Amino acid sequence: MALTFAATPRAHRPDVTPRPAGRRGRALRRNLTGWGFAGPATLIVVGLSLFPAVWAFFISRTKWNGIAPATDVGWRNYERIAQDPDAAAAAQHTLVLTVLFVPASILLGILIAVALNQRIRLIGFYRTCIFVPYVASAAATGILAGFVFNPQFGAANETLRRLGLPAQQFLESPSQALLVVCLIALWGEVGFCAVVYLAALQDIPKELVEAAVVDGASRWRVFLHITLPELRPVTVFTAIWQTITAMQLFDLIYTTTRGGPMNSTQTVVYYIYELAFETQRLGYGAAVAYLLFAVTMLLTLAVVGYSRRSGSEAF
Amino acid sequence: MRWRLPFSPWHLLLMPLALIFVLPLVQMVLTSFMTAQEINQFPPKFIPSSLHVEGYRALLAETHIVRWFANTVLVSTIAVVAHLVLCSLAGYGFARLRFAGRGLAFLAVVATVMIPIQLLMIPTYLMFARAGIVDTLAAAFVPWLASAFGIFLMRQFFLGLPVELEEAATLDGCSTLRTFVSVVLPLARPALATLAVFTLLSSWNDLLWPLIAISDDNRFTLQIGLASFQGTRRTEWSQLMAGNVIATMPLIIAFLVAQRRFIATMTFTGLKG
Repeated sequence: MALTFAATPRAHRPDVTPRPAGRRGRALRRNLTGWGFAGPATLIVVGLSLFPAVWAFFISRTKWNGIAPATDVGWRNYERIAQDPDAAAAAQHTLVLTVLFVPASILLGILIAVALNQRIRLIGFYRTCIFVPYVASAAATGILAGFVFNPQFGAANETLRRLGLPAQQFLESPSQALLVVCLIALWGEVGFCAVVYLAALQDIPKELVEAAVVDGASRWRVFLHITLPELRPVTVFTAIWQTITAMQLFDLIYTTTRGGPMNSTQTVVYYIYELAFETQRLGYGAAVAYLLFAVTMLLTLAVVGYSRRSGSEAF
Repeated sequence: MRWRLPFSPWHLLLMPLALIFVLPLVQMVLTSFMTAQEINQFPPKFIPSSLHVEGYRALLAETHIVRWFANTVLVSTIAVVAHLVLCSLAGYGFARLRFAGRGLAFLAVVATVMIPIQLLMIPTYLMFARAGIVDTLAAAFVPWLASAFGIFLMRQFFLGLPVELEEAATLDGCSTLRTFVSVVLPLARPALATLAVFTLLSSWNDLLWPLIAISDDNRFTLQIGLASFQGTRRTEWSQLMAGNVIATMPLIIAFLVAQRRFIATMTFTGLKG
């Protein structure tokens, strides 16, 4: 099947310069083999992302409920976003979540990685405990969080009670829910950051550290002036990766708050999901998605540009 | 003389952290064996009085969870097998074979990494609808048949292999496919294992794609199953936790058994992805 697909464009090419049959035959064979190997996966990946992404742009310029014929409305969907308080609130929640989540996961990731890099007893046990939540699905994590943070009998309030602190509403409070969602996301994702940093720490040449110690540097100064700069490329990557994770957070919100209470955890992705699949406003949903895409791209480019300029070679 | 702790001070950081990460999962398992009365007691209990299996029994009797489990196993199996076959073929093609349009095709694959999921939700649903796979398991596995990450990972791995072995095989008269299958693939076991773990985690834990495309509860995967009866049984905590245990335990056990492989996958995603 893949070979048929690869062969079609070639078969229609007019032969302008006839070459010796053997050489042309060999070139054709080489191309067929190459496309036979690379074609199927490329077709799937491009067909499930580049193609729909382009299509989404055309959808974003229509008014469409998915059933009746779409009507072309030009840029009106985009103009409407500016006056949509829900879209503004969703963008704000996404921003707050990202600003809390990304630095926290990087700092915790470095801290945990440095701790797990020590040669002490029980280190295997600690490592297993800290990484295992990463394997649990966001859906299961969300349901479990609903239990742990339950205001009546959850472990979180029970802990506060034992410490003599007042009970909280957590996911049921509009002012706390987003912060709690962020904590839950950290619980599930920090293991990943820690693993990445742990590998990076173990990649730092031992001679560098030893030389500094011989020169009389304290452990803290070694960390500050040798370890941290060495971790910089990984940090650029982690920052981008975690930004994407935070901005695309959906499963966890779906199984904890569904955007509530009082829309306080409605992020852009969740808002688009509601627009498209609960209120059937496909065109407007696609426009919000495109705008977010543009903003994310600009942010990513800014981070990459900044890191290039300050001399780290992650890309 | 300086006073010293009898153990490394790092334990003071690591012990509480480890407990914060693992205790919720322990509580999930313990709660799944409690009765409703035990769960609603004040102050809350951590350990069940004995192993009550009512939660599991109700779950098995009143939902299609066995079906959902089988669906998830099927979806993940198809995803892992397709990923291994398609991405290793493509990775090899991009790493070693010369053909017209190779650079452009690889660029297109790399560019897809930039596209966020929210942009794809709406058109993907419409594509599924036109292809007639809404409400079928295909909607759950089609997004995981191949990935840019998988192609990239395999390409990087093949680029790192010495080319001499393949040249020797070609001189001996092996076809490209034959060389790939009997010379290259056996060397690629570590990369294939990493890719298998990545695909298993992604496809098993995926909620979004099946959620937008599947509404028939016979076709649910575990993740949408969990989400849907969370909506209908908000207070049946022993059942909810039992469902969570059934959905997460296979991967947690796999993680405990093959921890090294899982960590290698996470590291690769981080350092080279």
